[in-house]
Amino acid sequence: MSTPTAVRVWENHLLRYRKIWGSHLLGAFVQPVLYLVGMGLGVGALVDRSTDSIVLLDGITYFEFLAPALLATTAMMSGGQTSLWEVADGFIWSHRYVAMASTPLRPREIADGLALWHTTRIALAVTAVAGVLALFDETRTWGLLVAIPAAVLTGLAFALPISAWSSTRKNGSSFPAVIRFALIPMFLFGGAFFPIDQLPEWLQPVAYVTPLWHGIELCRGAVIPSVDAGPVAVHVAVLLAYAVVGLLACRATFAKALRP
Amino acid sequence: MSDAVIIASDLRKQFDNFVAVDGIDFEVRPGESFGFLGPNGAGKTSTMRMIGCVSPITSGSLTVFGLDPNVDGSEIRSRMGVVPQSDQLDPELTVAENLLIYGRYFDISRSECRRRTVELLDFVQLSDRANDQVDPLSGGMKRRLTIARSLINEPELLLLDEPTTGLDPQARHVLWDRLYRLKQRGVTLVLTTHYMDEAEQLCDRLVVMDEGRIAAEGSPRNLIDRYSTREVLELRFAIGENDANAATLEGIGERCELLPDRILIYDDDGEEALGEVHRRGVDPVASLVRRSSLEDVFLRLTGRALVD
Ligand SMILES: Nc1ncnc2c1ncn2[C@@H]1O[C@H](COP(=O)(O)OP(=O)(O)OP(=O)(O)O)[C@@H](O)[C@H]1O
Ligand SMILES: [Mg+2]
Repeated sequence: MSTPTAVRVWENHLLRYRKIWGSHLLGAFVQPVLYLVGMGLGVGALVDRSTDSIVLLDGITYFEFLAPALLATTAMMSGGQTSLWEVADGFIWSHRYVAMASTPLRPREIADGLALWHTTRIALAVTAVAGVLALFDETRTWGLLVAIPAAVLTGLAFALPISAWSSTRKNGSSFPAVIRFALIPMFLFGGAFFPIDQLPEWLQPVAYVTPLWHGIELCRGAVIPSVDAGPVAVHVAVLLAYAVVGLLACRATFAKALRP
Repeated sequence: MSDAVIIASDLRKQFDNFVAVDGIDFEVRPGESFGFLGPNGAGKTSTMRMIGCVSPITSGSLTVFGLDPNVDGSEIRSRMGVVPQSDQLDPELTVAENLLIYGRYFDISRSECRRRTVELLDFVQLSDRANDQVDPLSGGMKRRLTIARSLINEPELLLLDEPTTGLDPQARHVLWDRLYRLKQRGVTLVLTTHYMDEAEQLCDRLVVMDEGRIAAEGSPRNLIDRYSTREVLELRFAIGENDANAATLEGIGERCELLPDRILIYDDDGEEALGEVHRRGVDPVASLVRRSSLEDVFLRLTGRALVD
């Protein structure tokens, strides 16, 4: 029986990941713990004492507000970061994908294999965060199991479009800007640390079109039963659209880069 | 129907406005070793990449194993091995892992990959480095590993783009020996090079390529017979005296080439030509009689010396 082509590509990524999985998962575990303790409990103690908080946070504690969102933000950061230097590496430094492309593997199969790998790696990071949330009474619910796939989809909504773009770069000079001017602002203002209706009016539509806000709403709704996540189908559709368009774009840009 | 492994006719490759391969015709027969000899930018790599089904042809026609690269690229690639001009090894993996994972791209089972890895590392004399990282390996070792990797699918056809460029003479001889053994096993070899001695050593037949075109085709011996004399007399003069002496030497031998650092006189009998040089009262700083090589063929065909 033959192994699907995408799985063969995935095996390369897995083999290399086996050498760094410890530090990756430790990072995925420690970061949310820091945010949960520092912001969730520390800042939360201040926020929850304010009389407005009941109105602002729809009657949940700040910890309950923040914790599930970390599933989505971790997915975004994990998916975003592995789609920059690591993807470009396969084309311009190690030529890993160029080497693969001279075997029976086709460019679009290499793109599919990368997508499969992104899914795996994001799922590992998100599961580590879910493990952290399971340590706290407020967030130890079966809803975590629903939030995990929602967060993975959020991660793919970033990873796939960014990968398509990275594969067209001739060097990595613009990569730090993506983190500084796209991922970190979304992390801070995308609805994880405070509700986006606190943003200036003109910025709110921006939040609605970013995948992160939709992912956060889904995760929050899944983990905290009293939260109304709004139109779940719309959230999922937006995330799926980003991921599917991203995958199609990857197939196209990989073909262009690998078949000059 | 021809049983040729590769048939190209009027094959062209154009990048934007630049024509890299400008209408070439050639055939490679099963079991033969076929070379592309040419200077930098001649279009050797562009041609190899079209044969390797990783670069679509612009026009003309190309078949490999009787198949069309546009339609059956994946199947063609599964039956051949590729040694690219730059190694493209996976720097994050060990020597053995590089072979194993490459075999997986061809869907060869893990246990079979392991078996072939042991065999191939032995073949290229890298068994003792199996578990080392790739990066610290020397250039020659990386090249040998790349050749081993290209053999993991037991290819019928092996494409080698400048297999020994940048290697020391001893490493080159080791590689030539390995390639010779592959040829004896019946593997068809197609290689590019800008080394004359390599072409003479390895190629049954070769084409001389220049500026995207084929200037001549034949066996090394045949090309030398056709485009050069049996022997060559090389004369060196003090700096700036080349031109003046060239005038006096006119008419000696069949042909004369004036190079920046020396004058070459083509004659079937070099010693005889040297006698005539002395009789005319010309006194070179140094003189040398040697047999003609592909270098001379290249000079004759293109008017330029091949640069390494
Ligand atoms: N992807 C590309 N885009 C544009 N031009 C290209 C591309 N690849 C090759 N060329 C051009 O085509 C010409 C032939 O290049 P090619 O690499 O085939 O030469 P070569 O004979 O292999 O030379 P070398 O001995 O230096 O390896 C060069 O002028 C090169 O700049
Ligand atoms: Mg080349």
